[in-house]
Amino acid sequence: MVQAIAFYAFAFVTIAAGVMVVSSRNPVHSVLYLILAFFNAAGLFVLIGAEFIAMILVVVYVGAVAVLFLFVVMMLDINFVELRQGFMQYLPIGALLGLILLVELFFVIGIWSFLEDGSMLTAVIPVQNITNTHALGNVLYTKYVYLFQAAGLILLIAMIGAIVLTLRSRPGARKQKIADQLSRRSEDILDVVKVKEGEGV
Amino acid sequence: MEQLLKEYLPILIFLCIAVAMAVGMVIASFVIASQKPDSEKVSPYECGFEAFDDSRGQFDVRFYLVAILFIIFDLEVAFLFPWAISLGAIGMFGFWSMICFLGILTIGFVYEWRKGALEWE
Amino acid sequence: MSIIQLPSMISASPEIFLAGAGMILLMIGVFRKTDGTGVLSMATILCFIVAIIAGFLYGGQENAFYGMFITTSFTQFSKSLILVGSILAVVLANDYMKTEKAQRFEVPVLILFATLGMMMMVSAGDLIALYIGLELQSLSLYVLAAIRRDSLKSTEAGLKYFVLGALSSGMLLYGASLIYGFSGSTDFLDIANVINEQKDNLSLGILIGLVFLISGLAFKVSAVPFHMWTPDVYEGAPTPITALLAISPKIAALCLFIQVLIGPFSAIIEQWQQIIIFISIASMTLGAVAALMQTNIKRLLAYSSIGHMGYALIGLASANEAGISGVLIYLAIYLFMNVGTFGCILCMRRNGQAVEQISDLAGASKSHPMMAFALLVFMFSMAGIPPLAGFFGKWFIFLAAIEAQLYTLAIIGVISSVVAAFYYLRIIKFMYFDEIVAPLDKGLTKNLRTVIYGSMTLVIIFFLAPGTLVSSAAKAAKSLIGVNG
Repeated sequence: MVQAIAFYAFAFVTIAAGVMVVSSRNPVHSVLYLILAFFNAAGLFVLIGAEFIAMILVVVYVGAVAVLFLFVVMMLDINFVELRQGFMQYLPIGALLGLILLVELFFVIGIWSFLEDGSMLTAVIPVQNITNTHALGNVLYTKYVYLFQAAGLILLIAMIGAIVLTLRSRPGARKQKIADQLSRRSEDILDVVKVKEGEGV
Repeated sequence: MEQLLKEYLPILIFLCIAVAMAVGMVIASFVIASQKPDSEKVSPYECGFEAFDDSRGQFDVRFYLVAILFIIFDLEVAFLFPWAISLGAIGMFGFWSMICFLGILTIGFVYEWRKGALEWE
Repeated sequence: MSIIQLPSMISASPEIFLAGAGMILLMIGVFRKTDGTGVLSMATILCFIVAIIAGFLYGGQENAFYGMFITTSFTQFSKSLILVGSILAVVLANDYMKTEKAQRFEVPVLILFATLGMMMMVSAGDLIALYIGLELQSLSLYVLAAIRRDSLKSTEAGLKYFVLGALSSGMLLYGASLIYGFSGSTDFLDIANVINEQKDNLSLGILIGLVFLISGLAFKVSAVPFHMWTPDVYEGAPTPITALLAISPKIAALCLFIQVLIGPFSAIIEQWQQIIIFISIASMTLGAVAALMQTNIKRLLAYSSIGHMGYALIGLASANEAGISGVLIYLAIYLFMNVGTFGCILCMRRNGQAVEQISDLAGASKSHPMMAFALLVFMFSMAGIPPLAGFFGKWFIFLAAIEAQLYTLAIIGVISSVVAAFYYLRIIKFMYFDEIVAPLDKGLTKNLRTVIYGSMTLVIIFFLAPGTLVSSAAKAAKSLIGVNG
């Protein structure tokens, strides 16, 4: 009962937030609605028992991706009012695409429910009395070590790429030099001068 | 399944209370407070210029770089949670597997550091 | 319970070595006081050579990482091709950066990681391993395409490549997830078993997944109808990077294509064969026709490479041993023809500026007789004129198609190669029969000369000793078909 109410509440807010992402005038508001959508999607994931994905959604998507979106929205110099003018023009084709996706979804679910034989069940992880996170941890670092390390390399490339493409050194910019700042001593830069009366420095 | 969800019930209740409070306050301010708006009161400023432009100031691309680097390390952290939970079961191999992964990202971190991507001007 | 003992890793040693070397090189580059692009390029080439040798020493039949990493003669052969392509690309890139005075030590390192990704793709024995290798490769290449970030065209190329590449990865992932959902495993062997079981009553989910997987892979080999990104990216990316894009990733993606279709999906050949035949015909035709209108030589080569991928796909469509070895021979020859041609394009400079119009070549036979002759050889070879290497590539492919009784495919291939010959000959006409308008700059660097003349010699003398290549390609094809057939 509570589960059903929670599901409908989360699902409703997710969809409503999704609509607001597309339709709100201010792009910053769009990003905020996106965060709301992420939160509610996390709630939905908890309801189906995938608590690890729910946590990742909050930590990575809400914590980092949404912030990135916000920065990108703030960085780009785009007139969003102008951008929106084509909305009605693109509505038919957008609606068509949405419809196709919906049909595809039904299609997939359709075949799934038709074929009720054993081969389907092999994909289902045997139910154990451990949490998702635990089950992941048991295989990710040992059985899937190859993929795990390769994922590390991909993250490394992402770092290199981001720096190569966006980092610029500005000539003449003053940077923080912690070592220099800490090793500065008052004797080096301060002189205590006795000033005679009426003469000045 | 039921058992699992029960653990999350307090969070759900907490969320409900939070939403109810927030909505309640907004509604209460409409119902209780006396509102007599006129055109002067609801205009953005009582003096000075009307705001006619986007209030959005453009951000520097460096914010973006910081955000990207943050995402990458955030993902790295996400990998740590399952590892910490099942470290007992996966033994030394699992332990060194993670150390190797962290080593790869440390290389990236050293690269960032030397390139000065973490410095702010 | 989980597996505690260490997996076998010996056959993956070239990859492990490259990963470690890449990180060390990155550290060397960033800690050097002066610019280390030249040094790092040399070191990268050295690493590639070591990886080739290690591949032959350790690439036995034993799979590594619990079957996620496969090595056979087929993967050994294709990895050697990829590595040779990358070595030549590093030479070109280093040379280019020196002339343009735009040195960045990240370039050789990124090429190294891209190559590592390609090798992982080719060796993938698991859907996730396939995807991870593909992403490692693509991510490095996106950055490389946009590496000249102050040039509008380069950033545009990088962005287009990224957006469309992400789209194709999405399709591939969607397909992979469907296949996983309906077969219950990501492992190629398990998938093959499931498909063999339900050969006559294949679940629609696997079929749809396969179609999406093929679409994603077709994107990576830039086969029609997923070719839209190719001309723009080729034109915008710096020329040596274009050379890299035209060679190694294409070889890797095509070998992966073969590995996947001939591997787990070999039982349902009649399902995918028609798709491959369609994209092969479409690529050959479009590659031949659309290139006729091009004035920019890099765009022309983009369409030419689309056409070449069409020919190579004929070999895959025939799905027999002759076809697979034909593809491998074709790719090897394609590699040298393309490297040489891009070397020649790098020579096209006027007043210190790189020029890319075909008309800029006017009269090059008089000002640059050797370069013009080399380009002539490459163009003739691409057009498939005997006794140059390109002819043999096409010959083996068509032979395989006839053996598989795909006569239409072979005939369309021959017709489109006749049409394509027109634009290759047009370049030669510009060089040999037009008057000089404005001469190109003199002076080739030593590396460029070595690359151009070296590949020219290989293309010319291939017919004298085709035996080594043909026999090792045949052995590679046998290892693939033998295992799964």
